[in-house]
Amino acid sequence: MLKETPSQTAGPYVHIGCTPCSAGLTGVYPADPGASITADAPGVRIRIEGKIFDGANAPLRDALIELWQPDGQSNAGIWLRKSTDLKTGVYQFDTVKPAARSGPPYVCLWIVARGINLGLHTRMYFPDEENGPDPLLKQAGPRRDTLIATRPDAEEDERDTGFPVYRFDIRLQGERETVFLDI
Amino acid sequence: MNRNALSPRDYDWQPKPLTPDYRSSILRSPQQALLRIEGPSPELDGPVFESDTIGPLDSDLIRNYAAANGSDTDAIGPRIIVHGRVLDENNRPVPNTLVEVWQANAGGRYRHVNEGYLAPLDPNFGGCGRCITGDSGEYRFLTVQPGAYPFPNGPNTWRPAHIHFSVFGQAFAQRLITQMYFEGDPLIARCSIANAMTDPAALASLVGVLDMSASVPMDCLAYRFDIILRGRGSTPFENRLEGN
Repeated sequence: MLKETPSQTAGPYVHIGCTPCSAGLTGVYPADPGASITADAPGVRIRIEGKIFDGANAPLRDALIELWQPDGQSNAGIWLRKSTDLKTGVYQFDTVKPAARSGPPYVCLWIVARGINLGLHTRMYFPDEENGPDPLLKQAGPRRDTLIATRPDAEEDERDTGFPVYRFDIRLQGERETVFLDI
Repeated sequence: MNRNALSPRDYDWQPKPLTPDYRSSILRSPQQALLRIEGPSPELDGPVFESDTIGPLDSDLIRNYAAANGSDTDAIGPRIIVHGRVLDENNRPVPNTLVEVWQANAGGRYRHVNEGYLAPLDPNFGGCGRCITGDSGEYRFLTVQPGAYPFPNGPNTWRPAHIHFSVFGQAFAQRLITQMYFEGDPLIARCSIANAMTDPAALASLVGVLDMSASVPMDCLAYRFDIILRGRGSTPFENRLEGN
């Protein structure tokens, strides 16, 4: 058996390779891979946004985050990739609400950045779903809330954007450290 | 979902999250144990990339940025081929998967808004490339050898020349970002990032080796770097899959 190639940090300039168009390397690729869903992706339009915080509670402004989920009818997978904003640290996915599988719906996330030696897997669940019976959330015990998005400004968001906005902050350390997964 | 599970990851072989000599890991390393997920999970599938989405110059870093900006001048630096195969731990080729690279220019300078190193930009070098692996898992890039550069980790700390690689595989749980170093570089032994793994064999597997057989006489040298992704286990969750 061969050994898996060791991971190395994506470093602070991950954008050059992974989101070149939005990092100023325009024209090399027609668009950044995973920049948006296809217009005909079935499902209810939603936005997922948040920040990734380090152990000093500072947002990572040089991270890359990828999303993997089924579309709203479970016909096909949706993969998206965004960098956190270089100034604010906000990441933002405009997607559709995933179809439920055997349990409540969720999206899979993967995070890399300077200082992260091995990419981090996690999942985001929705606050407006029946999450009780989900085995992963049960397994997470008292830390389950770190895997569930919030809708702090539900009415305001819907008025501004016309669709639901889910807030999902990720914490790399500390009391509310997000649950990361070994899959 | 009828995908086989992946073989468990060897976390003693991979770098630990906290490697204090690499300062940035101190505040960015999770402190709790990972939660192990058993059984079927969507991360055992992943996105598929079609080769027709890749442009003819995408794997040519000597030309792709210049051409996109209307220049017919090549990037400056030692011309090299970087090639290899993407395999899984079971020694099976991983075809049709996306491989992305990024790197500094020959002077060690990145084309990035946050980059402050005094080495100059090369107007004909962007630093990104990509390709889709062939039937045997093979990939190939044409580029210039990147330069070493200092980074703010200690009083006088330098990164060895390296190329960043991003690889997908067939499962989101195989997702990998890593770096390839260059055979014989004395800075490798001094770098806290390269030495994030404790097993010397793990670091050795990140070193691209000079491959004269793939070099082009009077044109460019070649380095070979094979990438190994996690393999599928032999026990499917539901239907028995082909090849098991």
